[in-house]
Amino acid sequence: MARMVTTRRKVISTAAAWLVGFLIFFPILWMVLASFKTELEAFAIPPSFLFFHWTTENYVTVQERSDYFHHALNSIIIAGGSTLIAMLIAIPAAWSMAFSPTKRTKDVLLWMLSTKMMPPVGVLVPIYLIFRTVGLLDTRTGLVFILCLGNLPIVIWMLFTYFKEIPKDILEAARMDGATIGRELIYVLTPMAVPGLASTLLLNLILAWNEAFWTLNLSTLEAAPLTVFIASYSSPEGLFWAKLSAASTLAIAPILVLGWFSQRQLVRGLTFGAVK
Amino acid sequence: MGQITLQGVQKSFGPVHIIKGADLDIADGSFVVFVGPSGCGKTTLLRLIAGLEDVTGGAILIDGRNVVDVPPAKRGLSMVFQSYALYPHMSVRGNIAFGLKMAGIAKDEINRKVEAAAATLNLTPYLDRKPRELSGGQRQRVAIGRAIVREPKAFLFDEPLSNLDAALRVQMRLEVTRLQKQLGTTAIYVTHDQVEAMTMADKIVVLNGGKIEQYGSPLELYEKPANLFVAGFIGSPKMNFVTGELAKQQGATTIGVRPEHLKVERDGQGGWHGTVSVAEHLGSDTFLYVDAGPQGMLTARYIGELDLHPGDKVSLIPDPARIHRFDDSGKSIHA
Repeated sequence: MARMVTTRRKVISTAAAWLVGFLIFFPILWMVLASFKTELEAFAIPPSFLFFHWTTENYVTVQERSDYFHHALNSIIIAGGSTLIAMLIAIPAAWSMAFSPTKRTKDVLLWMLSTKMMPPVGVLVPIYLIFRTVGLLDTRTGLVFILCLGNLPIVIWMLFTYFKEIPKDILEAARMDGATIGRELIYVLTPMAVPGLASTLLLNLILAWNEAFWTLNLSTLEAAPLTVFIASYSSPEGLFWAKLSAASTLAIAPILVLGWFSQRQLVRGLTFGAVK
Repeated sequence: MGQITLQGVQKSFGPVHIIKGADLDIADGSFVVFVGPSGCGKTTLLRLIAGLEDVTGGAILIDGRNVVDVPPAKRGLSMVFQSYALYPHMSVRGNIAFGLKMAGIAKDEINRKVEAAAATLNLTPYLDRKPRELSGGQRQRVAIGRAIVREPKAFLFDEPLSNLDAALRVQMRLEVTRLQKQLGTTAIYVTHDQVEAMTMADKIVVLNGGKIEQYGSPLELYEKPANLFVAGFIGSPKMNFVTGELAKQQGATTIGVRPEHLKVERDGQGGWHGTVSVAEHLGSDTFLYVDAGPQGMLTARYIGELDLHPGDKVSLIPDPARIHRFDDSGKSIHA
């Protein structure tokens, strides 16, 4: 009897999980489908799910109207660059806070996080003016800089939590073995923290790739990443759903593929320490 | 050479004094065990010697040189941690070689030394495994291998056997002792287990509340404990303590008799009378817990089997030569 209940419960919870998964995935699926429709079919009511006239003309139009690869390259440089620099700053910062904490360490961490509580729009005007004065507007350098600073608190927090999980004994053993701080970092700490480092890197990459507020406000064309590319399709002449969908599909494709291949690493990294 | 001298070593964390002035002379090549209850400061004292903690006061001399300002790796000591603290991402070979690599020793020499250490510890078949693929005892051996390969002046052991099961612990205890004798390297070993202390040590340091209570050979501690604390801590089962009139007759505040020095007699005439409340029959020994009225609960140990059961009347006769006497400050009175 008990066994039957468990089986039924298993079936129900599996079905529920699939349902929730599908609900979350549905907008993406709908967007991909819409990108293969004609503009008329894209907002037809009742909508057609699979039986429509499949076409790739939207993709051709999108690439003709704006250079996808130019924006994609910008996205890669901005997301990749800001992530790498943030990691380089965050590793030693998190390391020192995790392994030689002082009375103020908690306050510093909280202060860093508090900067994320402020709405970015609150500092948009001063930052815009600074960028204009120093000539960083619409430059990749400027965007790398601002996204790196914006994500740094999260990166430091995540790394701090991972480093905290590493037993202090092992670092002391390394010290007894004659490792200097630098070598301890290179040979012992970093390799042990690889799962944590990888998931922090991936998460930050995704955050930076999707970041729209600063990229939209601080770039126009030269440095514009894919977020700007998508936004350019919601034009004053009206929404072109099919083309907008095609542009969006192109914009999220790289990160979706990356996420798909690294999902195991991501999940493992985010639950690191929770299950031992 | 590995002669270690502590001179008035103190350690406090803020207002809390963990080590209240320790003086100690550890001879080259000897095996010294720090023993004491939890929180007595034995691990802290070891970490001070290792250099993992900074002293608040006093001096630590290794071969005559004060090392309080010398970083851990430069002190020429190696340590075996309670948790083994192996590098999980490195193979056994990598773990053992790490210290040599950090010292900048040539690759060939590293390999030769690592293989020699592995052979000593029967680790040769496992050299390319990761720590997670090893059993507890093997991990322990790797940790020891990492310590011996550097040919240190002294080994520091921080409760290295406490994570092993009982049978393995006895076996590793023997191996560690044998290895230390074979290498002739000074060893300082921290444990809370007085059996480990008695069996392994050339000399034992009994610590309590951050103070050294007594420093001597296992048998000195057993036969001539300096005070009540050492008398109660060394020996298993614990020494019996009797206060009051009986102690006064002996010219002491407290007298102590070890369970093995109480002769058990059925319905005997002399000695202390009591009723058996629990009898533990181990075959080789019989432990009796006797309710002796005014003397309180007494423990007696009989070598061999003694057919006594709860409720039986017995008399316990202390061996007069083996009665320990303590004054009212708890210090031993020696005649």
